[in-house]
Amino acid sequence: MDFLNIPLPAILAQLVVGLINGSFYALLSLGLAIIFGLLNIINFAHGAQYMLGAFVAWFGVQYLGVNYWAALILVPLTVGAFGMLLERTLLSRLYREDHLYGLLLTFGLALIIEGVFVQLYGVSGKPYATPESLRGALNLGFMFLPKYRAWVIVASLVVCLGSWLIIERTKLGAYLRAGTENSQLLQAFGVNVPLMITLTYGFGVALAAFAGVLAAPIFQVSPKMGSDLIIVVFAVVVIGGMGSILGSIVTGLGLGLVEGLTKVIWPQASGTVIFVIMAIVLLIRPAGLFGKEK
Amino acid sequence: MTSAFRPDFEALQVSNLHAYYGESHILHGIEFEVRRGELITLLGRNGAGKTTTLRAILGLTGRRSGSVNLNGQEVIDWPTHRIAHLGVGYCPEERGIFASLSVEENLVLPPQVRSGGMSVEELYAMFPNLAERRKSQGTRLSGGEQQMLAMARILRTGANLLLLDEITEGLAPVIVQKLGDVLGALKTRGYTVILVEQNFRFAAPLADRHYVIEHGKVVECISREQLPSRMDALHQRLGV
Repeated sequence: MDFLNIPLPAILAQLVVGLINGSFYALLSLGLAIIFGLLNIINFAHGAQYMLGAFVAWFGVQYLGVNYWAALILVPLTVGAFGMLLERTLLSRLYREDHLYGLLLTFGLALIIEGVFVQLYGVSGKPYATPESLRGALNLGFMFLPKYRAWVIVASLVVCLGSWLIIERTKLGAYLRAGTENSQLLQAFGVNVPLMITLTYGFGVALAAFAGVLAAPIFQVSPKMGSDLIIVVFAVVVIGGMGSILGSIVTGLGLGLVEGLTKVIWPQASGTVIFVIMAIVLLIRPAGLFGKEK
Repeated sequence: MTSAFRPDFEALQVSNLHAYYGESHILHGIEFEVRRGELITLLGRNGAGKTTTLRAILGLTGRRSGSVNLNGQEVIDWPTHRIAHLGVGYCPEERGIFASLSVEENLVLPPQVRSGGMSVEELYAMFPNLAERRKSQGTRLSGGEQQMLAMARILRTGANLLLLDEITEGLAPVIVQKLGDVLGALKTRGYTVILVEQNFRFAAPLADRHYVIEHGKVVECISREQLPSRMDALHQRLGV
């Protein structure tokens, strides 16, 4: 069975690869969307925080004997706490200023964090072993899918959908949605909005760190891993609609698939297809596919 | 307007309140007081500073100075969310219904600030339209229904000092009538209410006192008893 003279198994295999990349796009753009929604800050440090997640997991194995499964919980908590510290000490001073200042600050932070890690560890990757129980592959008929990659898809889907359910179905989520629309009024009702902002930023950063831990066994741990990925993730956020929660998840996975498909149909275009889509979406729907016009 | 402060008696005393938005100095020493169970109005032309007065009480303006004494607590330096927990309910001019929340989510959103608020069932009995549309998106309601929701939302929290900003603006007479009934019922239940209102005919029968604001200052205080004799002067001030 062929499609455009390309064997179907090849297409299916690239779709699965696309789904894995899409899982990372979804996790990272979800965190960006939550942060942008409530804080109105474009968190340019997101890629560096993803990289920190991978590095802290690597430190854990290297120096503290923390295994992968513990790292999956502990690393997001640690890096999230670091994010909250940044929010309290630096970002919180900028809320009354233009959005551009937040962007510049987080961009500067990203450069500093990455620079420090390049200085200490160089640009080459550090290997991170795949956990014992996820070694080997599954035979899907059209391809052998490494178990670990299947786990990445499942774990990110669960975390994304779980986050979405919390935001859409719980009281805490109602506070987040209301705060995204009108944080002053929410505070006038007696909700401690400054605390909520700190926790929300921490949660967004923790999602990035979680993605970093998931990525460590696949992509190796290197200081530049975040900046390579984050440009695509920003394109995903723009396509989905800044601040749209569901939009970021669906667009992240969808664009991973599109990218995978492009790799078999027209390999040369696979690096640019997301940006072409971004340009088209911006022309037709400037607020993004799921965004609301302001 | 200068009376000795009696903490068990006055719900709110505002003195020499100045407030700014950025560099603009909006309030120039507002003075007024509300006793427990009273309903007072803030009257004035557009841009006089009525809305800013309500926002400044809650700490929603920029820099502010002077004194806002709530139930005996000086709150001029407090963050907004703590002020609400002294029992203040705020209904903003634009109603502030959240589009990403359903009617019921909007209704139960504000946290309890005191005990003794109305239950959701009581509120649905008071505003039957809201019960019918509880699953709708908040901003899909008509203007009148949104206003009912904005009122119901703060009655559930137990707040007993209500700051209501232009609640009748742009609404049909039958809804204005309904809001008047609601305010009357709240008064008999002992709520303290500060009403910012352009619709003087709506406010007059309900209010114990009227404060007229011009250029960020209270220029006149008219009690219910004085009202008939001061009507002409008041009309002139308000330009109605």
